[in-house]
Formats: sequence, C-alpha cells, structure tokens
Amino acid sequence: MPKNEKQILEGSRAIALTIKNIGPAVVSAYPITPQTHIVEDLAEFKADGRSGFEYVRAESEFAAASIILGASATGVRVYSATSSQGLLLMTEVVHNIAGLRLPVVMTCANRAISSPINIWNDHSDVITVRDAGWIQLFAANHQEAVNQHVLAYKLAEKLRLPVMINVDGFILTHSYEPVVIPGREKIRKYLPAYRPSAGSYLDPKNPVTLGAFFTPQDYMETREQLHHDLVASLPMIKNEYQAWKKIFHPSDDEASGPKTPGRMNIDNGLISYYGPQKPDTVVIALGSVIGTIRSALRDNPRIGVLKIKVYRPFPAAEIATCLQNAKNVAIIEKAVSLGQAGPLYTDIAAGLTEVETGSLSKYNKRLNLKNYIVGLGGRDVTEKMIIEIAKDVPKKNHYLKFIGQI
Amino acid sequence: MNRPPKKFLSPGHNACAGCGQLVAVQAVMRGLDEDTIIANATGCLEVTTTAYPQSAWGLPWIHSLFENAASVASGIKAALKQKKDGKTKVLVQGGDGGTYDIGLGLISGMWERGENILYVCYDTEAYSNTGIQASGATPYGASTTTTPKGSESIGSTQAKKDMLAIALAHGLKYAAQSTAGYPDDITNKVKRALDVDGPSYLQILSPCIPGWQINNDEAVFMGKLAVETALYPLLEYKDGILNASSITGSFRAKPVAEYLKKQGRFKNLSEEDLKHIQSLADANLKRYRL
Repeated sequence: MPKNEKQILEGSRAIALTIKNIGPAVVSAYPITPQTHIVEDLAEFKADGRSGFEYVRAESEFAAASIILGASATGVRVYSATSSQGLLLMTEVVHNIAGLRLPVVMTCANRAISSPINIWNDHSDVITVRDAGWIQLFAANHQEAVNQHVLAYKLAEKLRLPVMINVDGFILTHSYEPVVIPGREKIRKYLPAYRPSAGSYLDPKNPVTLGAFFTPQDYMETREQLHHDLVASLPMIKNEYQAWKKIFHPSDDEASGPKTPGRMNIDNGLISYYGPQKPDTVVIALGSVIGTIRSALRDNPRIGVLKIKVYRPFPAAEIATCLQNAKNVAIIEKAVSLGQAGPLYTDIAAGLTEVETGSLSKYNKRLNLKNYIVGLGGRDVTEKMIIEIAKDVPKKNHYLKFIGQI
Repeated sequence: MNRPPKKFLSPGHNACAGCGQLVAVQAVMRGLDEDTIIANATGCLEVTTTAYPQSAWGLPWIHSLFENAASVASGIKAALKQKKDGKTKVLVQGGDGGTYDIGLGLISGMWERGENILYVCYDTEAYSNTGIQASGATPYGASTTTTPKGSESIGSTQAKKDMLAIALAHGLKYAAQSTAGYPDDITNKVKRALDVDGPSYLQILSPCIPGWQINNDEAVFMGKLAVETALYPLLEYKDGILNASSITGSFRAKPVAEYLKKQGRFKNLSEEDLKHIQSLADANLKRYRL
C-alpha cells in the first residue's frame, strides 16, 4: 500500500491497523459488542505474524484492564479496547490506572448501558468514568479516530496519564469510510519508542514500591496533583495535535479547511469550530453526531457548530471563546446525568463561570443555554431533528428536552 | 534456618505484634532471589508495609486493587516476555479474602493462561484487615464479626472452601499448603514452586492475633497445632499427585480440642460442634495420608 493512500476501511479495522503500526508490547481484551472487531483484528495480526505483541486473553474486562495495568507498570506500551458494560466492569481499575499514573491507552466503542440492555450507541458508558483522571478524546470520524490513537500514546507517555479514545459504537466501529493509515515510519517520527525513566516502573535492577498506602496526610496532595496535571495538559494537547498534523496531513475536520470571510475556523486539537464569527446560535456536541449536525445546518449562515474533541481535561476557555458573540447555545448530547441534565451541558454551564472570581460570567448571564438529549440506545439522530432543534433553541420555556423523534 | 541474602522485607512494618502472616511472609522472602517482582492484593500486608512515604519492600512491588493481583501479575509476565527477560520471577501475594472470594475468578483466569507465576495465599481464615469478617476460608464454628457467636449462633456454620482442590482442578504442576508454624517448610516450598515451569500455588495458614483471639506469642504455636491436629496438614502436590504430607505412617494426630480451645474465636462450641470438627480432621487423616 503506497504511503498516504486512502483506503475504504471499517472503523474498527482502521483503529486496529493504527494500533498495529504504533506497536504496543502487550494487548489484552475481552469481547463485547461493538468493540470486538478491533481486538479480533489485532488477534489476527498476531496470528499472522504481522504483529509481535503479547496478546493476553482475559476472562473479563476487569482482568483485561488489570493485565494492561500490570504490563504498563512494568514499563511497556499497552493497549485495550472495551465498551459499555465492559467499561463499567473495569471502573475500579480505570480509576486505579490514573492514580498510578500509568500511560495506558484504551479505546471505548461507546454504547448504551443496561438496564434495559441495549447494544447500540450512546455516550452513557464513558460518562461514568469521566472523573477518573483519564484524558478523554472523542472522534467524529474514522480519520479522526486514527489520528487520536497516535496522539493518545504521545500524550500518555509524555504526561504519564492514561488516555481513552471514544468512538461511537457501530456508527464509527462498523461503518466504512475513506481513511489514511499512518505507516510505522511516520508514527515513529512523532512517537519515539517508549522508554520510561528508571525508577518509574517495576524492575529488579531498580526496585520500587508502586501503589502504596496513603493516609490523610498525603492522599489529598496526590489527587490535587493529578487534577492539576490534567488541566495543565490542555496546551500540550494543542501542541501535539499540531505537531502530528505537520507529519501526517490527511484532514480529519471540516474546520481545518480554508478560511472564508466572516466565518471563523478553529481546529486546535481540543475543539473545532466552524461557523460565523457572530453566530445567533452555536450547536455543541461530542463524537460522530457532529457530522449530521454540520450537514443539517450547513446552509444556515447564522449558526456555528462546535465540536468538543477533548472532554477531559475540559477545554472551558476554548469553548467560552467560541461562545463570546453567540446568543443561543444548543448542547446536543447522547447521555444524561439522571436526575440532573446532560453532563456536557452542566460542564459547559460550569465552564462559563469566570475562572478568576468564581462568579457567573458575562456569557452566562446573556447566553440562552439549552440542552437536547438525543440518540440514546442507538436511536437515529436525523438532520430533520437537528433543524428542529435549531429552531427550538431561542424559545424560553425550557432548558432540557429529550428529542426522540420529530 | 535459611538466611536471607538481602532484606526483601525490612523490619519496622506496622503489623500487629506477633503477626502470623509476617512470619510467613519473611519465610516466603527467604525462598526468593532479587530477580523477583511482587504483585500484592489489598490487605493487611499492603497496609502494614507501605504507609507512604515509607516502604518495607526491597523488591519491585506493586499494589493495584483487592481482587486483581493475579491479573496484574499476568500483565507483568507479558511485559517481561516482551523484554525477553526469562530470569525475573513473578510472585503474587494475597490474603484469603482476595484469594478464596473476591479475586477467585481472576486467579482462575491466570491459572488457565498457564503463566509461570507463583501465587501465595496468606490464609488468616477471615478478612483480618477490615476487622475479622468471615470469608470463604473461615472454618466451621469460628466466630467473626459477620458470623458472631451469640445465644442463637455458634459462629460460622459454613464449611471452609477447599481452595487447594480448586487449584489442582486447574491442572497446576505445583500446589502446596503450609502454616506459619513451619517457616522452613514455607521457604522450601517457595523454592520448589519457583522451579516449576508454569503456575503454582502455595497456601499458608497465618494465625491472626486479634482475629483468632490468641496471645501475641502464640501465632507460630497455633500454626504447629493446626498441623499436629491434622486440621491443616503440610501438603505438597506435584503434577496433581500428593508428593509430601505431614500425615505419614507414623503420624498421630492430637485432638482438635487442643487447637480450638486455645482460640477465642472457637469459644462457643458445643461438644457436638467439637465432634463435627474432629470428623473434619479425621477425614484429612484419610485423604492426605502419604
């Protein structure tokens, strides 16, 4: 396959080929729909001798996460993928990995959670671990998923923070799109071989104690440190995104296209914004639904579309910048914090608070902030729904709506 | 007694005075060399040896969670394999709660994978770290904080799970049992387990001073009595076949009452209960006689 050539690939295949070229030392996973194609492909690469990693078959997601934890603590690059119930079963380990500051990278093929049992896409799974201390990336298309996997390893190993790449189950994992897979050499230019520093991993030549018992005297500072390190990674994510783009060109975002007068294009690795400089309405979303939103609203010159690519750490300042001239904001999301509202909505509302003073900012007082829950359990999100949502935003009689059908 | 080449576990940990588990751990350490990585489950051992910023461990050591030490060890093994390191051994340490109960599925997975990892269970017969609640290893008649003795209760009425049989059912090439009463036996079994290419299991009865309600100079003594009454014989299986046992031709078991009556946790037993426990020891005499 010539370099930089587009192939029509299933999303899972594209991710698996990228992981193959990144070359983790240890892969461990447990089957769950819709993540299975990724780890089946990796098993195939191993069986065919195309990949040299250890493929450790786990008896549960809880074990798979623990296996890559142990391997990562021994100083090698690791990979796993999961979804939905699998991620929930891993929860305890997911938190533990972050606390141990292990550079684990994992894909989550986002799927609804039970009960009722449902195997289709929404974001309920990842929201349950958003506070665990991982960098959370969201891909909107195949190319972005590919790029984010490379970026994930760079960030993880540089920052000693785990990274989860979220790809919409079925919508991305099982669909076919033209995509360019970066070759090993190209990746190697950006992502050097992983060599953790002595004393940071398990090694008989340099015995260390990892996962010690912390009393109230020391626990709080380590959690504070983890928080600060996550927040401080925001500028590095931007830099690393640009650095990768210089090496590997295929665009993964509409907003990275040419600028047109009166319109604002931002594409910086944390968010992308495409729309007027002074929009009446900004529509915000995570993941693949952004494609539907852009398509539905492309002819409306008064509406801007904001895609959140990094959900943790939360890019509040970047979002605030995009909203500074807006009147209305529609936050469209595929998850709900039951008993509250959409988690992205509450994050954005909180993110618009003045950082310095803690008071409600000028945006917050002026902005009409609306929340639309869509697509739970794989319900189709149609362009018609998006158009109706755009019309509904200025109405003042509600803040939260579930849009199941229009 | 074998001398430790280096201090793999330094004194100055915070375990109870006279702790039976720490006696057992030191005996395990004497069976290791410095090319060893330890994965430890949550429990007394982790809490008493790693209170940050101090650590009593002279070997590379990791604690992740209560139930996942076996899987963490599998990950360590896989990483070592990738590093082409065939020399470094992997040891897992857990208590009976982490082994018999919450971690059992993950241990089964590790054994199924056939990795060359030694799993050591320090069996205190209860969740000692959280305050002596009953586990799958708690024997019949033991009073614990979740099976307390009372006017309507003698304590636990469930039988102790046969973890050694579960290990053997996985086809382990080496599975053994010892007690803190026989430190050299522990050390020798660790060495023999490490000689085997494949998963191995060593279960060590580790008398718990507060849990068993015994005096702090009695842990080793209780470890010996458990063997002498045949309630917890010293056992060793190689390739699934009983290879060594403390119950040999000349063995004469002491009555179980000698062991039980010295422990506060068995204070509520009736004559009938004693008879039942004696029958368990008698069954061991038949089952494990070499």
